[in-house]
Amino acid sequence: MSNVSTRKRGIPNPLQWIGAAVLGFFAEIGRLTVFSARVKFAAFTPRWYAGQIWRQIINIGFYSLPVVGLSAVFIGAALALNIYEGGSRYGAEQFVPNIVVLGITRELGVTITGLMLAGRVSAGISAEIGAMRVTEQIDALETLSASPYRYLYAPRFLAAIVSLPLLVLVADTIGVMGGWLVSVYGLDFDSTTYLRNTLDFMTTEDVLVGVIKAVVFGAVIAIMGCYQGDRSEAGATGVGRAATLSMVGAAVLVLATNYLLSTLFVEIGL
Amino acid sequence: MSTPILKLENVKKSFGSKEVLKGVDIEVQKGESLVVLGGSGSGKSVMLKNALGLMTPTAGTIWFDGQDVTKATGRTREKMRARIGMLFQSGALFDSLTVWENVGFRLLQVDKMRRKDARELAIETLKKVRLGSDVADLYPAEISGGMQKRVSLARSIISKPDLIFFDEPTTGLDPITADAINDLILEQVRGLGAAAVSITHDMASARKIADNIAMLYEGKIIWHGPADIIDNSGSEYVDQFVHGRAEGPIQPAI
Repeated sequence: MSNVSTRKRGIPNPLQWIGAAVLGFFAEIGRLTVFSARVKFAAFTPRWYAGQIWRQIINIGFYSLPVVGLSAVFIGAALALNIYEGGSRYGAEQFVPNIVVLGITRELGVTITGLMLAGRVSAGISAEIGAMRVTEQIDALETLSASPYRYLYAPRFLAAIVSLPLLVLVADTIGVMGGWLVSVYGLDFDSTTYLRNTLDFMTTEDVLVGVIKAVVFGAVIAIMGCYQGDRSEAGATGVGRAATLSMVGAAVLVLATNYLLSTLFVEIGL
Repeated sequence: MSTPILKLENVKKSFGSKEVLKGVDIEVQKGESLVVLGGSGSGKSVMLKNALGLMTPTAGTIWFDGQDVTKATGRTREKMRARIGMLFQSGALFDSLTVWENVGFRLLQVDKMRRKDARELAIETLKKVRLGSDVADLYPAEISGGMQKRVSLARSIISKPDLIFFDEPTTGLDPITADAINDLILEQVRGLGAAAVSITHDMASARKIADNIAMLYEGKIIWHGPADIIDNSGSEYVDQFVHGRAEGPIQPAI
């Protein structure tokens, strides 16, 4: 009898385990979808807390400038070196400025900004909201007739979708300048020719692709941070786990969304 | 008899298969101070969160001044909440706001009062809980636990509510500070003419602030009566709790 009960408790039925995992996955998707819809409804209908939105634009946008700028300059520099190395095998070194600006504006500028903010912003939002959840500050908000969706989540969402495109424009500029620095001072390119080639080759569509992706990434990063924070369990472990889940979730979703959007843009010829 | 300010009718609440509230019935009249006693895990906080509308009961009805809390949404719920104050166990002050911004939160963010006026009213309310204007611009992390409770009390009374909930108001405080908080609760609740529902396991606090006492055990109200007969309740559960004995029908939560 005891053997039976041990087996029942110790070794779960694989079908049960798979069933529970699948159901859990879909339940999580459902909860995230409902949460996301409520955040968007709160973000695009009155009442807005202007002070909170401004504070979040400073937190998410302004304070992310150093990390985005540093990442972009190194990515641009490394990209230029690699393209030069690869291009020189075919005598195509002169295409360094063209490929750097194309790679940075359409792909790397926005992706690196998205990933950096998944770490800095999404984890930060979930830790802050998680701490507020476990110390009953979110309950207190509700008892004071302030909806957490309008007062906490919508401002972060709006700030992220406004800040990310601006940060991407900064990342694009600094990334291209990183490539220029290496090319001019390390690879003996002529500065004027490099910049003229960059500007001649770059199109508005290239920049637009990055900016559109940035709006979507901003939404993903803010919603993942708010969602995991809102569901945070009590204690330091619970808040820490929420921060980790939001960061990993946001990073994976940024990369997956990036692929889907790139496919879509190629299909529609953007 | 007039409409009770708060009435819980057969309120049940389950989390999965775990039934925490098993049919709670309670009535609080206007101006009454009710203390709900109960050990750890008896469902006190869950009952309070249901009464506040922070949780939805699995079954039963909660009435606030004749209106069904469980069915209220949007503006109706906001109007109800404007008439309810709440002092959380942890204080639940907003870390990112100063003391006066915490106290005047509803005035600033919901009622859209001018900052200057809200600040004046917040400082005036802080004085009612014996805090000077010197703490107004400090952040919650810069003041003591007892002061945080007072700030939270000031936040709960600033809009002159008809009903105030107190969640273990003296937990974590030394006996002298706890007694001072009890005095302030009495003074402010009586001063406003508001009803109060406090949950606690601090008997000194219960004796001081209660008109009536109810005992919650295993998700049900097992005793309800005037505070002055708590020592002769006739219930062995209440007796054990009041005298803090480990032996008796209530099993310690360890």
